[in-house]
Amino acid sequence: MISLAGRDILHAWGKFVFTGLGLGLLIGVTLTMAGVYRGMVDDAKVLLDNSGADLWVVQQDTQGPYAESSSLDADLYRSIRAMPGVARAANVTYLTMQIRRVLPGGQTSGNDVRAMIVGVAADGPGTPGHPRFLLAGRQLVRGHYEAVADVSTGLQLGERIRIRRQVYTVVGVSRRTVSSGGDPMVFIPLKDAQQAQFLKDNDAIVRQRTRTERNPVLNNPAQPGLLPAVQALQDSYPYVNAILVQLAPGSDPDNVAEPIRRWKRLSAYTRPQMEEILVAKLIATSARQIGMFLVILAIVSAAIVAFIIYTLTMGKIREIAVLKLIGTRNRTIAAMIVQQAVALGLIGFVVGKTVATFWAPAFPKYVLLEPADAVRGLVAVMVICIVASALAIRAALKIDPAEAIGG
Amino acid sequence: MADTHNGIIIEGLRKRYGQGDTAVDALKGVNLRVAPGEVVGLIGPSGSGKSTLLKCLGAVIEPSAGRMTLGGKVIYDQGWQVADLRALRRDQIGFVFQAPYLIPFLDVLDNVALLPMLAGQPNAQARQQALQLLQALDVAHRASAMPTRLSGGEQQRVAIARALVNRPPVILADEPTAPLDSERALAVIRILNQMAQQFHTAVIVVTHDEKIIPTFKRIYQIRDGQTHEQPGQAALTPEPGASA
Ligand SMILES: Nc1ncnc2c1ncn2[C@@H]1O[C@H](COP(=O)(O)OP(=O)(O)O)[C@@H](O)[C@H]1O
Ligand SMILES: [Mg+2]
Repeated sequence: MISLAGRDILHAWGKFVFTGLGLGLLIGVTLTMAGVYRGMVDDAKVLLDNSGADLWVVQQDTQGPYAESSSLDADLYRSIRAMPGVARAANVTYLTMQIRRVLPGGQTSGNDVRAMIVGVAADGPGTPGHPRFLLAGRQLVRGHYEAVADVSTGLQLGERIRIRRQVYTVVGVSRRTVSSGGDPMVFIPLKDAQQAQFLKDNDAIVRQRTRTERNPVLNNPAQPGLLPAVQALQDSYPYVNAILVQLAPGSDPDNVAEPIRRWKRLSAYTRPQMEEILVAKLIATSARQIGMFLVILAIVSAAIVAFIIYTLTMGKIREIAVLKLIGTRNRTIAAMIVQQAVALGLIGFVVGKTVATFWAPAFPKYVLLEPADAVRGLVAVMVICIVASALAIRAALKIDPAEAIGG
Repeated sequence: MADTHNGIIIEGLRKRYGQGDTAVDALKGVNLRVAPGEVVGLIGPSGSGKSTLLKCLGAVIEPSAGRMTLGGKVIYDQGWQVADLRALRRDQIGFVFQAPYLIPFLDVLDNVALLPMLAGQPNAQARQQALQLLQALDVAHRASAMPTRLSGGEQQRVAIARALVNRPPVILADEPTAPLDSERALAVIRILNQMAQQFHTAVIVVTHDEKIIPTFKRIYQIRDGQTHEQPGQAALTPEPGASA
C-alpha cells in the first residue's frame, strides 16, 4: 500500500511548507520561552555556585541577600569563622546600580550599564564571593579601585569605570556571572563597595559633623580625643549584606547553620534553601508568566493545525467520497489525516528548533535550550497535532460514499 | 436459474426515502437483468429514480424491499444485506462517474493501482495489473502523469481502467459521457463494450446523452419508479481509426 498522506503532502507541498514555517516560528517562540525560564533557573544556580558558599548568613528574619535586602555588622564574620565546621567565612555586599565608562579623556560616557556591584573580601585566593573562572585578566588582589566585570557588560581589560565617586580599572573579565535579575556583575573590593553602598553625600556628612560638634557630651574640651573618634566612627561603614560561609569537608550544613540561627540571632540558609528562595520565590512570578505564554502558544498552535488540516480535508471531500466508494477503510482515511497533521507538526518542530537555536544567543538574558525541553516540545507538538486533526477526521468520516455518485 | 446468473439481477426493488407524510417512493418495484459481457442503457427523465437505483446497486444506500444479485451473489434480499459493503464495493463493483474523480495527488498509474492495493495486493503486482489495463485502454503512455495533466477523454479512460482493475463482475457508469464531445463519447462506449466482452463484465450505463443512446442493444427506461425494457438500436460502429 502506498502512503496516501505522503503523496498528498508531496502534491501540495507548498501549503505544507508554508504552514509548517508559520507553525515553526510559533514553536520556536515556545521553545525560547521555555529556554528563558531555564536560563533564569540556571542563572540562579550559577549565581549560587559562583558565590562559592555552602551557607548564606544574613540579617535575622530576612531572605537576603538576593531576594530581600539584608544588612549585617561587618565584624560578625570573625565569630562565624571561629565556629565548628566552618572553613571560611567572608563578607559580601550586593548592590544593583548604573555604572559609567570613563573615556580616555576623563569624561564619563553617556550610556551607562546596569550592573550588580559585588563587594568581595580581599582575603586571598579562594575567598567566597570571587568569580570562579576568568575569561581574561586576573582576580582582584589590591585593596582598592580594581574591578572584575562580567563579559556581558562589554567592558575590556584596562577600561575604567565610575561607580559613585570612584574610578575603577577593569583587571579581569568573568563569564556567566549575573544576578538573579540577569544583570551582569562587577566585582570590586569590599571596602570600596561598602563605601559605594553606604556612602552619604557630602552635605549629609557636613550636617552630621555639625550635629556631633554641637553635642556637648561628645564635644567635651576635657576629653579632646573624643570628638574625632566619634566622627571617624560615624564616617565608617560597618555593614555588609551577607556572610558567605564555606564548610569544612565532611560537616553537615544544617548542623552548622543551627547554632548560627540560635546563638547569633541571624538567618542562615543552606544551598537547597537558597535555591528554593531564588527559584521558587524570586522567579516564581516570571515562571507563571512564561507558563501562561506556553499555554496560549499551545492553544494557538493547536488552532492553526486544526484549521489547516480541516481546510485541507474539506478541500478533498469529493476525493474522500470516491476513496470510500471504492472501498477505502475509514481507518485508512483517518490515518491519512493524522499523518498529515503529524507531518505538519514535524516540519513545524524542525523549523522551530532551528530558529530557536539561531536566535537564542541574540537574547539579552541567558536562554538555555535544554534537549529534554525539545523532546517535551516534540511530544507536545505531536499530541497537539493528533488532537487537532480530530475535527477533520470527524468531518471526513461523516462524508457519505453516496456523494460520489451524485444526484 | 436466477442465482447462477453472473451478471446483475434485480427483482421487485423498492426504495422509499423518509417516513410518513414526507416519504418519497423513488423505486416502486424495479426489475432488471444484465448478462455478463452486456452493456445496457438506463434512461429516464430527471427525478425518475436513476441515481437511486445506481446507489442501491452500488451498495451505498439500502433498498426498502426486493432482491439484488451481483456476480452470482445475493447482496440484498428483503431487508437482509451483505455485511461488508466496503469489500463488496471494492471487489464486485467498478464505478465510473460523470466526472472522472481521479485522486489528484496520485499519478495515473497509482490511481488505478490503488484498488488492488486496497484489496491487499503488493504494490508491484498492483501496478503491473494497472499498467496492463492502461495499455488496453491506450493511456499507458500517461502512466506517470498527474491526472490534471490529462485531457478529459484520457481522464475518463483512466477512470474506466480504475473501475475494471479489480475485475469486478459489474460496472456502474453514471453519465460517463456527459462532459465529452460526440466522438469521445462514442469512444468511451466502445471501450466499455470491448472491456465488457473481454472481462465478462455486466455494465449499466445511466445516461440521457442522445449521442450514445442509439448504441445500446437493450435499454431500460425508468419512469415513475418503474423500469420498462425496450430494444435499442445497437448502432455502435466499429472504431473509426483515431481515438479520443
Ligand atoms: N436522499 C433523498 N431523500 C429524499 N428523497 C430523495 C433523495 N434522493 C432522491 N430523492 C427523490 O427520489 C426521486 C428519484 O431521485 P433520483 O434517483 O435522484 O432521480 P434521477 O437520478 O433519475 O434524477 C426524486 O423524486 C428525488 O427527489
Ligand atoms: Mg441523477
